[in-house]
Amino acid sequence: MNPILVVDGVTKKYGGLTAVNNISFDVTPGEILSVIGPNGAGKSTLFKLISSFVPTTSGQVLFKGERISNLTPHVVARKGVVRTFQETTIFRSMTVRENIVVSHHLRSKASLLGFFLGTSVAREDEKTFGQSADDIIEFLGLQSIGDELASNLPQGHLRALGMAIGLATNPAVLLLDEPFAGMNHDETMHMVTLVKRLRDERNVTVLLVEHDMPAVMKISDRIVVINFGEKIAEGAPAEIQSNEKVIEAYLGSEDDAIGL
Amino acid sequence: MNIKKVVGTLVFLVVVLAVIPWAIAKSGRWDFYYTLTSVALLSIASAGVWLTFYIGRINIGQGAYALAGGYVAAILVTKVGINFWLTIPLAGLFCAGLSVLIGLPILRLRGVYFAMVTLVLTEVMRLATLALPITNGAKGITSIPLPQELSIFGLTLIPDFGTMANPKLAFYLTAVILMILCYFVLWRIVNSRLGHLCRSLQQNEELSASIGVNTAYLRVIAYSISSFFGGIAGAMFVAISQSIYPSSFQVTDSVNFMLNCFLGGLGYVFGPMLGTLVLYFGWDLLFTTGRYQLLIYSTLLILLILMLPNGILSLGIFNRKNPRS
Ligand SMILES: Nc1ncnc2c1ncn2[C@@H]1O[C@H](COP(=O)(O)OP(=O)(O)OP(=O)(O)O)[C@@H](O)[C@H]1O
Ligand SMILES: [Mg+2]
Repeated sequence: MNPILVVDGVTKKYGGLTAVNNISFDVTPGEILSVIGPNGAGKSTLFKLISSFVPTTSGQVLFKGERISNLTPHVVARKGVVRTFQETTIFRSMTVRENIVVSHHLRSKASLLGFFLGTSVAREDEKTFGQSADDIIEFLGLQSIGDELASNLPQGHLRALGMAIGLATNPAVLLLDEPFAGMNHDETMHMVTLVKRLRDERNVTVLLVEHDMPAVMKISDRIVVINFGEKIAEGAPAEIQSNEKVIEAYLGSEDDAIGL
Repeated sequence: MNIKKVVGTLVFLVVVLAVIPWAIAKSGRWDFYYTLTSVALLSIASAGVWLTFYIGRINIGQGAYALAGGYVAAILVTKVGINFWLTIPLAGLFCAGLSVLIGLPILRLRGVYFAMVTLVLTEVMRLATLALPITNGAKGITSIPLPQELSIFGLTLIPDFGTMANPKLAFYLTAVILMILCYFVLWRIVNSRLGHLCRSLQQNEELSASIGVNTAYLRVIAYSISSFFGGIAGAMFVAISQSIYPSSFQVTDSVNFMLNCFLGGLGYVFGPMLGTLVLYFGWDLLFTTGRYQLLIYSTLLILLILMLPNGILSLGIFNRKNPRS
């Protein structure tokens, strides 16, 4: 199968610091691929390069054969590659449902003027968005907090809402930056199931960065490991667990081992 | 829209369009017309500032657009001979266009940086009107004729203000109707997707971009609507005062437009209208205190904003659960 996403020798330099150094890998459609590595390895930067939040210093990212690096985030999102953030980001003074409804923007058929005038296309859009938001709320099990103000939510729910916002854009590729951070074991396992269902039922290709190794091992089809901005390994979970370089990278860092 | 809102709107319309003119005729306080007309026009300019607040930008530059709009109307009427009524939308469009050019670079700035640049903008506009040949320098443009008749296919829509027995009332009604139109537009914006996207921008620009919103474009749209409001308010002022000078709108006016929004409440569409009314009358009421006027006024203002950070409309008596209604 043709890869849906190709990361082709991307490099990002911040002054003298090379945050991402010549990283390449392919992502197959419908795959769940995790990017792991010690703190400061360059994982979030890699996601920012893929979603065009920052320009690459060199190299490129292709989505379905088309270059998406060095564009702007909203253009890349429009093409179908959407990221969530490591720092939980939500629209604080909106309710959970409003957060999800507003994030359907990319699916609008009506123009902004159409929405202002309240044309039938616009009203149709709003109806569709409302229904789809309810679907997403149900999918993620957020029914009980639909009318809750986002700023009042605990960490676990915030992460879920972040994912809901990403889902609302109807992405082909969803980049999740530490989606399980701040969740307890049960919550994490529940989310792992949901991410898998996302792939199975909604055909979303998922890239995720995560420090929770048991979850990564459980969820991933493949894993890419980076350290000091460079890719040091790539393969199935079992291969990664026994990879010398990976074990060394993790033991050499403050992170306690890879959780084997 | 629920019943309560419909009734509230109707009451408001009856009061401003019928009760107030009746009360003024009864009491013979014709001077009130000038005051209330001013409040209506200032509240249009404030509504624009409120919209820039709504995308998360503090705008202290509305005076610049009010001034520009005023000059556009004055020049078009006196030098080109266009009917005044047509100069209102033209002044608005001129300001909207100008604000796109100015907004493209400066809307990237956030917080206090944007606020500072807009503050400077008011002063730059004043200096420009002093320096440009077409604006006639410090002498300004005076003896602007009263609005002419506006007719379409021989049908008179608005009669000639010059022949009216009571142009004060006519100006008042025009200003109030203009204000109602502007606030209706603002209300529609806020309650449509456009407004929802503005809120997303206000709350988290990065996330907004990642859900596919063209944030730069949306900011410019909101800012140009804001400036359009400033422009038409300025144009209408010219018709009433029949003159315009570089000092007609200054930094203090820009600051007041912003304060009107703060005072009325940034979370409420009608906040700037109420804020303008309270601030305008507050200032006038303190006139009797002579040289302490500014001191008392500023102190009261600071206290009010400290005690009611979400504006007057957040008070319990207004009893609104949903802050955007
Ligand atoms: N805007 C920036 N300017 C300068 N340096 C940066 C910038 N963003 C990231 N860096 C540096 O790049 C390196 C990689 O950062 P990045 O955030 O990608 O790491 P990470 O793998 O996501 O780490 P963590 O697991 O802690 O989230 C770090 O050394 C960081 O300090
Ligand atoms: Mg990170």
